[in-house]
Formats: sequence, C-alpha cells, structure tokens
Amino acid sequence: MSKLVVIGDGMVGRRFLEAVTQRDPSWEVTVLCEEPRPAYDRVRLSAFFDGVSAEELSLASDLPGVEVRLGEAATEVDRAAKVVRSATGEYPYDKLVFATGSYAFVPPMEGKDLPGVFVYRTIEDLENIKAHAEGRRHGVVIGGGLLGLEAANALKLLGLETQIVEFAPWLMARQLDEAGGGILKQHIEKLGIGVDCSTGGTKIEAVDGRLRMDTNRDGVSYDTDLIIFAAGVRPRDQLARDCGIEVGERGGIITDLSCATSDPDVYAIGEVAAMEGMCYGLVAPGYAMAEVVADRLAGGEATFPGADMSTKLKLLGVDVAQFGAMEGPLSTTYLDPAHGTYAKLILSDDATTLLGGMLVGDAEPYPLLRASVGGKVPGKLADLLGGGEIEGALPDGAQVCSCNAVTKGEIMGAIHEGCHDVAELKTCTKAGTSCGSCIPMLKQLLAEGGVEVSKAVCEHFTQSRAELFDIVKVTGITTFSELITRYGTGSGCDLCKPAVASILASLSNGHILDGEQAALQDTNDHFLANMQRNGTYSVVPRIPGGEITPDKLIVIGEVAKEFDLYTKITGGQRIDMFGARVEDLPKIWRKLVDAGFESGHAYGKALRTVKSCVGTDWCRYGVQDSVKMAIDLELRYRGLRSPHKLKSAVSGCARECAEARGKDFGIIATEHGWNLYVGGNGGFTPRHADLLLSDVDSETLVRTIDRFLMFYISTADRLQRTSKWVESLEGGLDYLREVIVDDRLGICGELDALMAKHVENYADEWKGVIDDPEKLQRFVSFVNAPETPDPTIEFEEVRGQKFPAGTTERSQPVLLGTPVLRSSQGK
Amino acid sequence: MQPICEFDRLVPGRGVAALLADGSQVAVFRLFDDSLYAVSNEDPFMGANVISRGLVGDRGGEPVVVSPLLKQAFSLKTGVCLDDEAVALEVYAVEVVDGQIRVGAHSEAKAST
Repeated sequence: MSKLVVIGDGMVGRRFLEAVTQRDPSWEVTVLCEEPRPAYDRVRLSAFFDGVSAEELSLASDLPGVEVRLGEAATEVDRAAKVVRSATGEYPYDKLVFATGSYAFVPPMEGKDLPGVFVYRTIEDLENIKAHAEGRRHGVVIGGGLLGLEAANALKLLGLETQIVEFAPWLMARQLDEAGGGILKQHIEKLGIGVDCSTGGTKIEAVDGRLRMDTNRDGVSYDTDLIIFAAGVRPRDQLARDCGIEVGERGGIITDLSCATSDPDVYAIGEVAAMEGMCYGLVAPGYAMAEVVADRLAGGEATFPGADMSTKLKLLGVDVAQFGAMEGPLSTTYLDPAHGTYAKLILSDDATTLLGGMLVGDAEPYPLLRASVGGKVPGKLADLLGGGEIEGALPDGAQVCSCNAVTKGEIMGAIHEGCHDVAELKTCTKAGTSCGSCIPMLKQLLAEGGVEVSKAVCEHFTQSRAELFDIVKVTGITTFSELITRYGTGSGCDLCKPAVASILASLSNGHILDGEQAALQDTNDHFLANMQRNGTYSVVPRIPGGEITPDKLIVIGEVAKEFDLYTKITGGQRIDMFGARVEDLPKIWRKLVDAGFESGHAYGKALRTVKSCVGTDWCRYGVQDSVKMAIDLELRYRGLRSPHKLKSAVSGCARECAEARGKDFGIIATEHGWNLYVGGNGGFTPRHADLLLSDVDSETLVRTIDRFLMFYISTADRLQRTSKWVESLEGGLDYLREVIVDDRLGICGELDALMAKHVENYADEWKGVIDDPEKLQRFVSFVNAPETPDPTIEFEEVRGQKFPAGTTERSQPVLLGTPVLRSSQGK
Repeated sequence: MQPICEFDRLVPGRGVAALLADGSQVAVFRLFDDSLYAVSNEDPFMGANVISRGLVGDRGGEPVVVSPLLKQAFSLKTGVCLDDEAVALEVYAVEVVDGQIRVGAHSEAKAST
C-alpha cells in the first residue's frame, strides 16, 4: 500500500483528507497535527466568544485509512530517505503534502513577548485571551484588516473597552478604498470601538501591572490591559525551507498549477502554498487546491482553476463585501453617510462589463454582482448602487456559489430536475453549504425557475399567517367572520379557521371556546383533549417541570381507575390517560381541577412541557436550579397559542440530561448563569438548537425567551416549527439576535407587552369549561340522548390495560429474544 | 322525520351527533348562514363515529366537513369525499319545524353511490 503523509490538520488539510479517501481509498494516510485538537472551522473562530464550543467548531470526522497524530509536530523532512520525523516518530512517505497553513505575523517590536500580548490564530490563543481578559477593562488590537476587526469584536464581546490601531490610512485597506474604509470606520466607532489609522506601535512596556504601547505618532500612547496582534499572517514554510524545497521571495512554498512543489513527490496546499508565487489567504482557493491534489493522487490531471477572492462578511454587525477587481478603467460610486452605506462598481471602459466592486453597510446586491463579474452589468447602475429593485438575468456560466464552484446553469438544472426549495438545492448542488452568502441568490433563482413558494394560508386567504397576524393585531378584529368578510373569500376551511383561532388566542382574546371562536377550533381544541383513533380522547394534566407530589400522583391514579383509562408516561415528563369518552371529560376534569391540576394543552398548538433534570437540589453535578427554572418557565408560557407546538427543557449542567438542545427553546445551566438555545426539535427531521445567548442571568434569559416566542408567533407560517422558522429568517441566528437582543427593528417593547398581556390573562381552560353550563353542553355523545354513551366504542384488555377493540390484533406480537413464560395453570 | 333538538342548540359553524331510532348515528351541521346539513356520523376511513366533531367550511364554494381523524373533506351536499371519490358519507334530509331540527330516518343518497 502506498503511504501518504500530510503535515497539518487545518480546514484545507481536512478537506484534502475527505477528498483523497473518497477518490482513492487505497492510500495509507498519516497526519501530523501540531495543535492538540483536530481540524476546526477557523473561519468561524470568533464564534468561540459567542459561546460556541471548541467541539462545535470541530471539523473532525473518522476517515477510513487515516491516522491523525494530534499534538505531534513534524520536525524534519528527509527527502533523500523519503521520511518525515517528529520528536517521537518516523513516518515514511511515497507522497508528502504540506498543509501547514500560516502563523500570525508579529512585527519585531520591543515588548511583544510580554504577558498580556497575544496573537489571534488558534483556539488556544482565544482561550488565553479570554482568561486574561477576565476582570480587566481595556484592550488594543493592532491591525484594522479582516482579522483585526474580528479580534476587536471578540474583545467587545468579552466586555472590554476596545481600541483598534491600524498602520494603513484606512480600515480593511486590502479590500476597500478610502471612502469605503471611512464609512466602515464610522460604523465601528458608533459601536464604541476606538479606531486610529496611520498609526503603528513602536514599543510595549509593562507599567504598574498594565501595558503601555508607544506609537509613531508624537505623544500618542495607549495604556491598556491586553494587546492582540492581528496584523496579517505568514506562510508556515520553515520545514520546507529546511529541507531545500523552493520557497517564494515573500515566503510560501512555490507550486505549479497542480500544487506540486520543486520536489514532484511533495505537494503544498492552502495558505502555505505560493501557487506560481501567489499566496491565497482564503479558504475557497485552499479547498480548490485540496481537490486538485486529491485528483492527482488518484491519477487525474486536475489543475488549479483560479481563485475567486471575493469576500462578504458581517463584521461587528456591518456588511462588507468586495468582489472581482479593486481597480479598473472606469468606476462609479455611491456614498450615503446618513445611512452609512457605500458602493463602488469597477467597469470596463465602455461601461458594459462588470469587473469588480465593493459594498459597505448594505451588501444585499452582492450575490448578483459577484456572480456577474466578467459579464454584463446586471441592471441599471443607479439601482445596483443605491439599493433599488434590481432586474436582470445572470448568464448560465456565472458562478453563484464561489465556495463550492456552482454555476447558475447547474442550479437551474437542479431546479428543473425537481429541487423545490433552498434546502433541496443545497443537498443536490452543494451551493450555499459553506459561507451561505449566495442563499438569497438561490431563492431568486428558484423564483426565476418558476418555483412559486406561495405563503397563502389556504384558498380563502391570499395572505400568509404572519400577514393575518398583523392584520388582526392592527385592526383589533376579534371574529373570524369579520376577518374573512373584509380580507378573505368564501366561508373558511380546516386550514384557515384553526390558524385564525390560534392568532386570536395568541393575542389574548379570552377563552378559546367563547362565542364564535368555538366554531374555529380544531376538534382537539374544541374538546380540550386529544382525539384518538376510535373517537375517544386522551387527557394530559399539566405537571410543570415534571415535578409532582405523591398526593397528586395518587389523584391521577384514582381518576384513571375510576374512568377506566389506559395510562402511559409521556416523553414530556407527564402522564397521559387514554380512552376517555367525550361525556366523561368534564367529570374527569372536575376531579383533576379540584385536586389542583390544570390543562396541559397537549391538544393545542401551544406550549407543551418544559422538561427538567433534577438540578442542584439532588444532583451532584448540577450548577443551577434547573427544576425551579423549568417550573417558572412552564407556568409563564402555559396556554400560549403558537403556529405549532412548543417544547422546552432546562438542564442543570453541561451533561444535558434534560435534552434541552432538542427543543424549541432549551436552557443549559453554566457556572455563571444560563445558555439559551433555540430552534431545536425531535420528530421527523431532528435538529439541535443553536446557541443564542450564553452566561446570562435569569432575568435576561426570560426576557429573551419572551421576545423569541412572541417574534416567532408574530411572523411564522402556519405549522412552521421554530427550527424551520429560524432557518427561514434571512440572516438566520445573527439576525434573530439583532432583533430580539439588540432591538434592531425597535419592536422589543411591543413583543414584551404582548407577552405581559398573555401572562396576565392566562386562565385555565378546563376550569373555564367545568364552571360554564353552556360550554359543558357540548360534551355529550348525542345531542338527543345526552346520557347515552356511543355504543360503537369498545375496548379489549392487553397487558393489564384497555385498548381500542380490534386494533391490537392487527399488530403482530413483538418478537424478542426473551424467554417465554408459560403458565402452568390448567395443566 | 324524527326530531333531534332545538335549532338554537347548534353553534353556527359546528355540528352535533344524534342517535336515530334504528341505532344509526347522524351528524348535523349548522353553517354560518344558518343552513343545515345532515350526514352519517361514521368516518368511513377509520370506522369511528366522529364526523360531527369535524370542522366545516368550503372547498371552491362546495360546503364540506373535514374528518377530525385523518382530515379528508366530504361534501355536505352529496356526502362524496373530495379526496377519494370512491368513498362517501350518507346524506340525510334535514328540516326545521317550529324551531325543532328533524332528520329523515333513512339515507336518501345511498342509492347513488
């Protein structure tokens, strides 16, 4: 078997391993990785400060035939013997791949090695920065490029007063011109971050337990607690230099377009490679190199297709994008200091071909513009620059997803073959699966391909559920008949009626069976119980947080016994009683209500349960009182009607026994407070919830959940779970955070008020029924024979409990390898 | 025709079940315009007597009731299932006399299915 050694396990190295094992699994691969952990997503490194864990950033996966040696740095390459050495081992190779990446550049400055001075490159760097920042208040970032702004954001998240020091005359000088850099500076200063350009540090010294940095500007120095160098990276080519492989003048291992170095058995990929002398600091070209070498090792002839250096980022909440050429024969610009936007397009001398451009503050046209580079200008310049409606079609050859090199033609092909939404396009074409910046473009192409995504609730309303919600909220309409007369057609159906009933209930319009609302409720809501296959109902009293007294347990047992109900423990930490006849429901609930139970809303699109682990009171590991929090949350949101059911859980520590990340909103205790996760669910397509907030106190937690729920209820589609809703938000989780944490839309006050109204108006629905003779009337099998139960309902006994007759015989007994117990009676 | 109950007992937009003398069950619906319809109460797909608890509305103008179990829609005029035309509910004659709802004892639409 041929031996392949890879030095370095970063993003590009990992992509290469995946590609090579897929194309030619016969290689025996050894990876030497200096870092103590396998490959992780360095592009999202800053998310670490947002509470995303190192595990979540990991890109590691088990690959067949690949041995990854963590924490073992290659120290020498002996090309004559074709062997790589480390401090502890020797690894012979037939082919060798350098994927060593870059290191953070630190200028030769006095004091650069003092404690409190860091670089911004690895998870360990970030851990050290976080530890040092604890209890301190000021930080300086040297470098106002991409990385510097990321680092500044990190310091801001750590609660430090932050100062950026940039040597160039403006920010992001490699991507932006002076005007663009100026607008960006305006945005960043508004966030309370200091920006000094044309300034370079000259010396760092320790003064009274803090740091002082002098600069090249007279009298300007900074007293600070922490300094981060984020002034660029350099290729890690020392190992290659030492073994005599050719390197470039400004560093980097020289390769040809096949990624081969001056030694044909040695390749270099990613940031360490100087392809025909050019180093690429982005991940997309690195991925392309990984594919090239994997193909070559499988006997192919692939060459590097050229790199798209376009970038689009959200830095400190500001959109910045650059695509194609930075300069050209003609350029046209638009500057709006009032709104903080800047756009520049670079054009051919006849102004027909788009060569490149940059956008600051609003990058909405980016996907279209980037895909159009090298082709016709896709619309009127005024619209493209000023954010107007853009019309214009892309040529088929235009690349829509540059991360995965997917063209418009390929996407249109997938649409014609039956892809109907963004998720399907992602699966079929891989477009949109890396940075996601082309997703708006994918939506546009779906529309262009004739895929109409109608948001209309049903044939009676052309509006979406969210639009109906707004109409009801703004007009104050309280009846379905008024709503459909004014805004719809026909007499309604089983889709729009429950949807409107839910909207009316979310906006706190009294008991759901009051007046005309009764006619809108789905059958389960109408009888406040879940209809089962034989027309009987199941009954689920609320057990907040899953905590219940022995006395209440006994009441449930007594009720189940008296009314001959089948009982089962549910997944939501409560007890379900099945087989209740419609005329027995009020009697059952009279007993339950008298014992202090309330409706569990198992029948409604509403909050179901908030599960909990046992928390600090009993558990050896718990760090917060998860049971108390779960009970508080369940009581706060009980009865809240929503577009779909809502589930939650609270775990008392990171062991996550309550499975909170499988919930619509899940809470996990930390040493310092709570982490809030949103958008998870089990069901047909399980999804883990995403981290929205970390280490917050109880008050912030509850306020944020209030807003999350009310924003969801206000804007989601009918039967759209929170997971799909979060995914459907343009801008995703970041946008959600901006809306409900930073109040970007200015609606938080209203969301808070809506939730306050819900909490204030909550009343137990079942109590409302058993105290109301008019509502009780409908709980009969027959209107003309109220005392007669439905004679067609029959049960049979299985495993000591009752089941609907005729259902159990249809299912075969479950055959398990367990011993069969034979009764000796009667023999 | 046999009497069932007071017309006012029915909530507009909902139905009730009634037990007929021959032991069969009928579902009677009052729509928002106060029109009345009566169909058999048994869900032909699941065999449970639950049609009276379904939501009513219209599909393309045709008044329908939707089974609460698996959500098939049935025409209230003809009983025919709009999702599977081979299946139908029985349709009963229904009238209001002196404020009392009365239902025909036998299905009049069965012959057509």
